[in-house]
Amino acid sequence: MLNKTLRAAVAGTFLATGAMAADFTACQVTDTGGIDDNSFNQTAWKGVLDAQEKLGIDGRYLESQAETDYEANINSLLGGQCDVIITVGFLLGDATAAAAKANPDQKFSIVDYAYDPAIPNVLGQVYSTDEAAFLAGYLAAGMTKTGVLGTFGGINIPPVTIFMDGFYNGAMYYNAQKGANVTVLGWNPDSREGLFTNNFDSLDDGRAFAQNLYDEGADIVLPVAGPVGLGSAALADELGTDKMKIIGVDADLYETDPEKGYVYLTSITKRMDSTVYDVIERTMNGQFVGGLLVGTLESGGVGLAPYHDMEDLVPDELKAEIETIRAGIIDGSIKVGG
Amino acid sequence: MTYQDPTGKLSEKLLDRAAPDRAAFEDLVIVPLFAVVVALILGALTMLATNVDLATIGKSYVALLNGSVGSLNAISETLTAAAPLTLAGLGLALGFRAGLFNIGAEGQILVGGMATVIVGFSFPGMPAAIHLPLALLAGAVAGGLYASIAGWLRAATGAHEVISTIMLNLISYRLIDYMLRLPFIQREGRADPVSKSVLESAELPRLLSFIDPNLRVHAGIFLMFAAVAAVYWLLFRTRLGFEFRTSGESPDAARYAGMRAGLLIVLVMGLAGALAGLAGANQVLGVLGRATPGFSAGIGFDAISVALLGRSHPIGVLLAGLLFGALEAGGRQMQVDAGVSIDLIGIIQALIIVFIAAPLLVRALFPWGFSKLTKTSKE
Repeated sequence: MLNKTLRAAVAGTFLATGAMAADFTACQVTDTGGIDDNSFNQTAWKGVLDAQEKLGIDGRYLESQAETDYEANINSLLGGQCDVIITVGFLLGDATAAAAKANPDQKFSIVDYAYDPAIPNVLGQVYSTDEAAFLAGYLAAGMTKTGVLGTFGGINIPPVTIFMDGFYNGAMYYNAQKGANVTVLGWNPDSREGLFTNNFDSLDDGRAFAQNLYDEGADIVLPVAGPVGLGSAALADELGTDKMKIIGVDADLYETDPEKGYVYLTSITKRMDSTVYDVIERTMNGQFVGGLLVGTLESGGVGLAPYHDMEDLVPDELKAEIETIRAGIIDGSIKVGG
Repeated sequence: MTYQDPTGKLSEKLLDRAAPDRAAFEDLVIVPLFAVVVALILGALTMLATNVDLATIGKSYVALLNGSVGSLNAISETLTAAAPLTLAGLGLALGFRAGLFNIGAEGQILVGGMATVIVGFSFPGMPAAIHLPLALLAGAVAGGLYASIAGWLRAATGAHEVISTIMLNLISYRLIDYMLRLPFIQREGRADPVSKSVLESAELPRLLSFIDPNLRVHAGIFLMFAAVAAVYWLLFRTRLGFEFRTSGESPDAARYAGMRAGLLIVLVMGLAGALAGLAGANQVLGVLGRATPGFSAGIGFDAISVALLGRSHPIGVLLAGLLFGALEAGGRQMQVDAGVSIDLIGIIQALIIVFIAAPLLVRALFPWGFSKLTKTSKE
């Protein structure tokens, strides 16, 4: 293992000092929902685009239209044309592991999956999303007028529910601090049950689920389902932001969904673009080592987007509290695990 | 007098009389061929309209060819994609022949695949020679029974199969969601709906993994060819097939001849569902190794196109399935090599169907491709 790493490092230095590394190709396999989903896949692809611009690499992608495509898509990228294959999403975990074991010389990186034990040619990118979601939960609890928050997810998998965990616990932390009684609908962190659309692409579901939560009194909704949340945003757009606000996920949706940008209170950003960029840079420099890359609040891998149009709505006191909690999470004095 | 005819119309007339299937041949072969060509041309125009330059368009069509038949891996991918489409398409073709428009292949694939997965993970230690056939049988039986519901509803109450099969599709989605959360089906340690993995003894073995472990083509293609032969035999060599076709061509005549329409409907639907169930089994045993909510991936709907394109003839369905498989495999390569959106393949597929469905339009576009007599012949 050490020997391999050393050899890779030597080879990498050789490459870097030798010819220009312009022939580097990074390939990406998206999850369902499309590369232009304003959210999950798009953020990860942005990492490749950034690398294209700054490092002069070549980037290619393949969209998965269904779960049956995962293995086939990874397969069509094999054969030496890609220096690193980046698979985006927990659900690609099985397919990526199979391909990585069958092709030990091909470097892989996967977003949202940590292999145990680690596979030497796979670098996992995972995120302490609950840290940022905790802040969003606290913020939402401070902002709600009805005292009811809502959330729903795409599929009940860890990278989705970690948003809901953090959000729930943040709201409970607000209750404990302020003696308030804000409730969170759509997720129970103890029974691990909640509302799930069971897909990552139906905008209609996003609308229907937000409507149900609204009917139950929720005035701030956190959809954790990639483009599905755009359907919820459309509902908020119709109802008006005094009746419903949305919290975005993955990217700063104010930026990626500018038409309805004003409905977003904030976004829980998961900077897959920066970790993907990091992976590409490491691989180019010959520093690729299988294992894990973790994005945290401290490293900036996860965070809370600016309030944008809601800037004036959020009380200064609440903003200050959020900053205090952020510092508390980073120094470890506040535990986001509930 | 006849030899004086300079235009040769008469000789064609004679030829038509000698080979009455000429018009049918044109419908079966030339129309689909031109439909594909026109669809590819219109696809190129679509790309042009979306600011894709000519060089990229050329590159993407080369990639389409390369990715579908250009290498061993490409052929393997084409066959892998073609197998479930052909299997489900055969089932639908059977229904079309008997005058039943079955939209329910998607649901039958899901239910059949689900039953297959349960058998596939439930019997550890069973030899493959028993386990694999048993798993396939479970898929066929479950798919067949599920489809028979629509057949029975039609026969007993007159409920139209288009409506009931669509409704059964919707029911199957939720049924699969529910079943995948049952403790004995759901994989240990997972909270999302995903089944346990199929045991190796039930897997459809990969055929070329000794050359390259990434070649995915599996024993399901034998299933595909066997099903084509079986459906051909059933339709054209058995009494039951004759009854199917008769009740499709003319239900009144069939009834007058003493055929039991109700029983036939249930039988046709059951067989169609069994074939769709086999398509589902093919996917879970050969490709996926497990079931998840979306494992049917729209194959049941694409199979409708396959059956229509193949004119409900077993050989035609096989060719159409191979074409759609090639489009799927090649489309992936198109995206990799030229960066063209995979959605374009969907557009091309849809255009092919449009032109197949409008043979007169194709004839009008390519008058030189058809004998002139066909205008007056039955169309």
